[in-house]
Amino acid sequence: MVNESDVEGIAKLADISISKEELGAFTSRFNDILEYFDILDQVPPGEEGVPDLGNVLREDVVTPSLSQEEATANAGGTEDGFIRAPRVM
Amino acid sequence: MEGGYIFDEKDRHNAFISTLDLALFEPNGGPLEGIPVAVKDNITTVGIPTTCGSRILEGYVPPYDAHVVALLRKAGAAIVGKTNMDEFGMGTTTENSAFGPVTNPVDPARVPGGSSGGSAAAIASGMVDLALGSDTGGSIRCPAAFCGVVGLKPTFGRVSRYGLIAYSNSLEQIGPLGKTVTDVNTLMSVIAGPDARDSTTYDRLYDHTPNSDVKGLRIAVPKEYFGEGVDPAVAAKVQDAIATLEGLGAETVECSIPSMTYALAAYYVTCTSEASSNLARFDGVRYGPKVETVRSWHDEFRDHRGALFGKEVQRRILLGTFALSAGYYGKYYAKAQVARENVRRDFIRVLKDADVIAGPTMPSIAFCLGEKSDPLSMYLADILTVPANLAGVPAISVPCGTVDRMPVGLQIIGPHFADERVVDVAFAFEQEVA
Repeated sequence: MVNESDVEGIAKLADISISKEELGAFTSRFNDILEYFDILDQVPPGEEGVPDLGNVLREDVVTPSLSQEEATANAGGTEDGFIRAPRVM
Repeated sequence: MEGGYIFDEKDRHNAFISTLDLALFEPNGGPLEGIPVAVKDNITTVGIPTTCGSRILEGYVPPYDAHVVALLRKAGAAIVGKTNMDEFGMGTTTENSAFGPVTNPVDPARVPGGSSGGSAAAIASGMVDLALGSDTGGSIRCPAAFCGVVGLKPTFGRVSRYGLIAYSNSLEQIGPLGKTVTDVNTLMSVIAGPDARDSTTYDRLYDHTPNSDVKGLRIAVPKEYFGEGVDPAVAAKVQDAIATLEGLGAETVECSIPSMTYALAAYYVTCTSEASSNLARFDGVRYGPKVETVRSWHDEFRDHRGALFGKEVQRRILLGTFALSAGYYGKYYAKAQVARENVRRDFIRVLKDADVIAGPTMPSIAFCLGEKSDPLSMYLADILTVPANLAGVPAISVPCGTVDRMPVGLQIIGPHFADERVVDVAFAFEQEVA
């Protein structure tokens, strides 16, 4: 079970703001689903993942790709061919 | 020289997010020359807006084609538009679209199923005969069943996902929907095959002519597909369909898939975990409505994602973030992966002694609009479709009659890479009842 402040913490980690008004309903539905997930406690101990899978690798060779104009065409803002983003510091 | 297909169909069911009045195509003698094809709006199309049914991608016009779209164009197809869907594929009804719900052409008071509801409704209403969808936990087969069309989820790795806007990489596959099994077979032959840009694809083409001979075919019928939660009228309709296949010379054997007990929970833990990582890229910087760059990074992202993602998408990102967080990983994600491996082994075991598995695609007929307002009750409707995604095996839904005038789907599941076989069994059934 999680409470409203747990959900606020998870939302912060996920970079999603949830309004105070929605928090109660969100938390109660969240708990319904987590309660259902408890059925996983019945899973017998066993192997995780698929044992017979291998990685697919290739040489790191340069191939044609999007032009700078195409790659930045959908960006909110650009400057000198770079994409503008919110300030980090 | 380019050909043009004039697409002036009236969209009565809100099946499309965007359409092209004049769809250009290459008159190149390809297998789909001049044939209109609809494409789900989470598959990237150069020059045609691609939104995933989300406001967070409103206005995004991709600079490149998905591999399957390039193959469609090479086959001469006329891409007539992008179909409506649950936002990022997260839903079983196509009500979770920022562009409004799709209605079921058989009964507009009901949902078309989801998340590829627009693709299925476009076919069922006669706007097109062929459409692409994507299937993470049933998103091709569910709407095919609810709308009375055919839909195939290919074996994982059989169709390139390059250009599919990712939601849950280890589960999702692009696949064909069509009016008939032959349509689905034709579209599959165009889109399947290896692609160097998707390292999960296999070096196998799909070159097949459907064969309706099922004499001696061994069909496993899992008791879990006819048990608790499955509408008895739907179960009876599907039993009749299996009896029809027996009448054609197939043999049936009862079986059990014990891992079904926790398959749905394993599915939702896995897909939400993958979604929490995949959807981190939607930050309003590189595509979609833009963020203010004067505020600080996290403040701006939180408000942007809080305002533009729909409720179900937010719920799944938060569930996945929680399932992967310190202290809970062992309880949720690790156990879900063990459960997933058990599902895979159960399917391999059953399909060692049988050629295919048969059961209903969905446990009920299409819901009424608004009926599944509680998220958990909507998740539970996916119980019969998610196992094939967890196991990575191919599965097809073919119409097998109606209950209360609404279509019911027969689901045929095969072993890895036996996509041709599930198509053949669906074809045999379709030909017999036609």
